[in-house]
Amino acid sequence: MNTIVSLLYNAVLNGTPLMFGTMGEVLTEKSGNLNLGVEGMMYMGGAIGLAGAFYYEKMAGSAANGIVAILIALLLAFIAGAIGALIFSFITISMRANQNVTGLALTIFGTGVGQFIGEYMRTKEGGYVVVGNGLKNFFQASPFPKALQDIPVAGKLIFGHNIFVYLGIIIAVIMAIYMNRTRFGLNLRAVGESPATADAAGINVTRYKYLATVIGGGISAIGGMVYIMTIAGCVWNHEGLAGEGWLAVALVIFCLWKPISAMWGSTLFGALLIMYLRVRLPIPSEIYKILPYVVTVAVLIITSLRKKKENQPPESLGLSYFREDR
Amino acid sequence: MNKVHTPLFHLTKRTNLSRSGAWLIRLGSFLAAIIIGGLIFVLLGQNPFEAYQSIITGSLGKSVALRQTIKIAVPLLGTAIAIAPCFKMRFWNIGAEGQITAGAIGATFFALNFAGKIPSMPLLLSMGIAGALCGAFWALIPAVFKAKWGTNETLFTLMMNYIVIGFVRWLQGGPWEGKPGSQIIPNFNPDAVLPEVFRIHCGWIIVLALTIFMYVYMKYSKHGYEIAVVGESHNTAKYAGMNVAKITIRTMLLSGAICGLVGFMVASGANKTLYHNVADGVGFTAITVAWLAQLKPFVMIVISLLLAILDKGSGELQTRMGVPSSISDIITGVFLFCMLASEFFINYRIIFTKSHKKEAAK
Repeated sequence: MNTIVSLLYNAVLNGTPLMFGTMGEVLTEKSGNLNLGVEGMMYMGGAIGLAGAFYYEKMAGSAANGIVAILIALLLAFIAGAIGALIFSFITISMRANQNVTGLALTIFGTGVGQFIGEYMRTKEGGYVVVGNGLKNFFQASPFPKALQDIPVAGKLIFGHNIFVYLGIIIAVIMAIYMNRTRFGLNLRAVGESPATADAAGINVTRYKYLATVIGGGISAIGGMVYIMTIAGCVWNHEGLAGEGWLAVALVIFCLWKPISAMWGSTLFGALLIMYLRVRLPIPSEIYKILPYVVTVAVLIITSLRKKKENQPPESLGLSYFREDR
Repeated sequence: MNKVHTPLFHLTKRTNLSRSGAWLIRLGSFLAAIIIGGLIFVLLGQNPFEAYQSIITGSLGKSVALRQTIKIAVPLLGTAIAIAPCFKMRFWNIGAEGQITAGAIGATFFALNFAGKIPSMPLLLSMGIAGALCGAFWALIPAVFKAKWGTNETLFTLMMNYIVIGFVRWLQGGPWEGKPGSQIIPNFNPDAVLPEVFRIHCGWIIVLALTIFMYVYMKYSKHGYEIAVVGESHNTAKYAGMNVAKITIRTMLLSGAICGLVGFMVASGANKTLYHNVADGVGFTAITVAWLAQLKPFVMIVISLLLAILDKGSGELQTRMGVPSSISDIITGVFLFCMLASEFFINYRIIFTKSHKKEAAK
């Protein structure tokens, strides 16, 4: 029983960065933009979010407030990702360059920026850049009172997570309502399915594409920050972060472009990522660690075999729109 | 004032831009990238001229440095050559990293098991063949699924990277481990190491030969033509009676085989052993090399050297000015962004809307 609770708990913990990355990319892809730069944006968000919290603590000293630190980290990570996505949007939407290559360029650029900031802080501060224990607790502990957390089993699984888990769920619900129940969401989906039709209906295609991509990039980047501030223990750890963004891109397909499914999907992948630590199997751990990637491949294959109509990507995904081309 | 809303400008497709005009625009974007890169150095509180200077001297200044720069460029060029036909076909193979690693595994198998038992020449030959076969096999899997069921190749090839890299980690700590507990595969027997020409492992000769081959293959062969048609439109290709699935698989096999050869060259020539990071990001950087070169093999020589200079030079930047060497990724990214954006000015013409009075006077 304890093993299962602990596995589930850690699955959620390790799935949360993926959830943010996936939700951001869902929003982006709904507008017809395939941004392969998620990995880069998550690096940027991770490094800049950490820098924000670290320098805030350094300036405020013992007066540092945990909630302010979280807000700073969130905001900076969001802005970092949004800037990356803005570059992507400008080059692909306004300049109509190839989305695949631009996304890869953003990944190279973003991982470079993240790495650079991580190393730069380390050399500048002369050693480990780590946020103090008081602040760390705010990032990593549950925001609920202890009485609730002490309820057996359910306490840990429902109230025991860090604050970003709940934030992610809120964003997922808002996104689902926005995309399915509002006019804006409907317009956004129209843009992603058929920009020419949307354009003829008087929808400002460019504006929707820009907004969705930039906000989506920001949300994805928060995932990088969440990884660094929770799982990595508030220390820059590029090896741990490597691959998270790409898994998030794969998860978008797994979740069939639905934000609510991103919650389940990311928890499942969070479990796959840590299973080798929790569930012993008679295979070498290095082979065991491959599991999430093998499952991703299986998922890709299965989704391509079952060609259900409602499970398809947005029709115009990856194509740039040029009005005069029609 | 009652102003009629007219857009400031509109765009039309260019059809008549001369080749020199296009390259002039690309040169302009290159200069723009250098200026933006310089601004980044200014932001970091460094003198941009000094920074560029130490990149140049650090990569080309001494013959030792120059040789190392070429050593960095060799796998970049080789992999870019490998990726080019896939990208021409609009098959987004971002699994070169894994195909290189798979090739290195194949080569290492022969290096570890047959060194000393057969002479050097046939040993190296079998290593190369094994590398090419393993690389081709690793590329074949996603290609078959793409061809038969349209499985997303971008993510498939990418996941294959992680899988094969994990496999090498296991080899390193398991069956191929040298000293128990070291997690290191022992160095190759000298028989299994590529000979040097001009004191650089002879991989550079192989890569240059591949460049010429790919130029001819893409430009003058029937296969090359088919690849171009499939890239433009699957429907056109089908209408012309081409077997798209067959072309996809064949092209990926070729691409994977060349990546595998690169893996063999890196393991045997540069590292003299196998470890999990044998590809070291080359698979990704090579994509940008290929794309910046417009998928033209000979231009790739220039671009791969340029990125190698940046890579090697930024190492110098780190030792001399204390700037983390990951700056090279940032500058590479800036170059890419500028080059990608420049294609816009090559493909489209901006026409500023004249005011209505002038329009009426006409």
